Amino acid sequence: MTVTAPEIPRTAAARLRWALADGWTVTLRSLHHWARTPGRLVAALLFPVMIVLMFGYLFGGAMAVPGGGDYREFLMPGMYAMTMLFGIEATFTAVARDATKGVTDRFRSLPIASSAVVLGRSVADMLNTVLGLAVMIVCGLAVGWRYHEGPARAALAVGLLLLLRFAFLWVGIYLGLTLNGPEAVMAVQILVWPVGFLSSAFAWTGTMPGWLAAVAEWNPLSATMAATRHLFGNPGAGGTTWVAEHAAVMALVWPLLLVAVFLPLSVRRYRRLDR
Amino acid sequence: MTHAVTAEGLRKRYGDTPALDGVDLAVREGTVHGLLGPNGAGKTTAVRILTTLLRPDGGTARVAGFDVVRQAADVRRSIGLVGQHAALDEILSGRQNLVMFGRLHHLRPAAARARADELLARFGLAGTGTKPVGQYSGGMRRRLDLAVGMICSPPVLFLDEPTTGLDPRGRTEVWDAVRALVAAGTTVLLTTQYLEEADQLASRVSVVDAGRVVAEGTPDELKSALGGDRLDVVVRHTADLPAAAAIAGRVTGAPGDASVDLDADARRVSAPVRDRSAALPEVLRALDAAGITVADIALRRPTLDEVFLHLTGARNTTENTTGKAAAG
Repeated sequence: MTVTAPEIPRTAAARLRWALADGWTVTLRSLHHWARTPGRLVAALLFPVMIVLMFGYLFGGAMAVPGGGDYREFLMPGMYAMTMLFGIEATFTAVARDATKGVTDRFRSLPIASSAVVLGRSVADMLNTVLGLAVMIVCGLAVGWRYHEGPARAALAVGLLLLLRFAFLWVGIYLGLTLNGPEAVMAVQILVWPVGFLSSAFAWTGTMPGWLAAVAEWNPLSATMAATRHLFGNPGAGGTTWVAEHAAVMALVWPLLLVAVFLPLSVRRYRRLDR
Repeated sequence: MTHAVTAEGLRKRYGDTPALDGVDLAVREGTVHGLLGPNGAGKTTAVRILTTLLRPDGGTARVAGFDVVRQAADVRRSIGLVGQHAALDEILSGRQNLVMFGRLHHLRPAAARARADELLARFGLAGTGTKPVGQYSGGMRRRLDLAVGMICSPPVLFLDEPTTGLDPRGRTEVWDAVRALVAAGTTVLLTTQYLEEADQLASRVSVVDAGRVVAEGTPDELKSALGGDRLDVVVRHTADLPAAAAIAGRVTGAPGDASVDLDADARRVSAPVRDRSAALPEVLRALDAAGITVADIALRRPTLDEVFLHLTGARNTTENTTGKAAAG
């Protein structure tokens, strides 16, 4: 039996249909990965839970929280944002692996829109993030974290977190297309940590030396952390610098800025694979 | 006869290094065309340009009638690509890989599944079940890779060193699969640094070196161009080799020692001959007169290996460079 490839779509609508269908096929690929390697999925989902337990119970007693609040109430919004940050690594690893294994080239040799591969990656990673965030929220509720400002503001906070993850998606794609090799994977895995720690995730910036507090508050992660703390009604929102005082705005500005920088960079990098 | 692949004056530079320096190609429909050359000769660069993965700096190329730069989407619809590394999803099963790539070729779900089962059977992978591709042997991966390249029965298939790193059995498996594809009408452009592979599969061969085609023809034509047949003598005692080489060179009238090859491990002397009928008995007589015991003696066509060494000046053939830009 011979099978003939369907005609290339010539209209914009038909092209869009192909791009959506192809994007979904690429997403399905990741969903199949979850089903086939559930251990890997569970490990990735439980990793931030482990950090919550470590910080919440091991170090929590020694942590100062503004207004004498509960440390785990302070920690959880920080950990939600950290979970978004860990997503960079997941996106980066998947993109870099496809590039080194020649899968990216095979995709590029197929009659599909180049946007489809990225679209599929985005949807898969965002689905993964929703799942991961759900696990973290259950974990938070289990360790005594609560949202105090009603479900609408809590949903808004979740929206800000997902926006941050969407921004990191493009950082991950760009890094994955730019760096390759096991050393690069290692470097990204390690560098996630200082970026995460230099924020208000684990420690209230009020306990840090002035200059360090300023660095931590200017960290894009801290804006989302402060804004979500505010929306959830958890302690630790606010700070001394201009960014900390405008956390709600900056929690929108930082991710949009990251997307504005890394989306075009990624597209350019992808287009230049043919150089 | 029409051509499935044509290229004129293809050029590509990586920084200051020219990878392709004006490559011309013409591959007739329904044939296997070999692109033969050492590592770094430009083979992979040529394939990447022809499969729209790389933009040429100069020259033009058409695949299945479409320009590789201006009609890239149409080219992609007409080709299959099997690259140097089996570009498969290692977590998915073979069938899931085939279904996924079938869907990306825009087959409907049911058609993609039916095609996957058909190809698994055809490439001897029907029993692999749900085993992840990461656990396949090298030969199985390559066959699956070929199957993926064949999903939409593409008129033109590009195989970039399809048997590199395979054991002899895996190599034979891949060769059989390629022969079956060609029998069904597919045009194949095959790059290889294994001369035997080109000899086995290709009806025409372009020898590429340093980004240029240095010779082109059927394997037989290329062999004839080197100067006809060769006489191999295997001596009983290694110590007799130099004397045997001198005799073989003198009797066959080989111009200088260079054209007489000595292989000490195999205790073999190999010399080009002009007069087929006279050479063999004369050499045998001369060796006998010199008291050299002959273990084996035979007349044969030159191997593509010898043609290749002759054409490319024996450069780089044993080196194994790695890295994308350098390889091929």
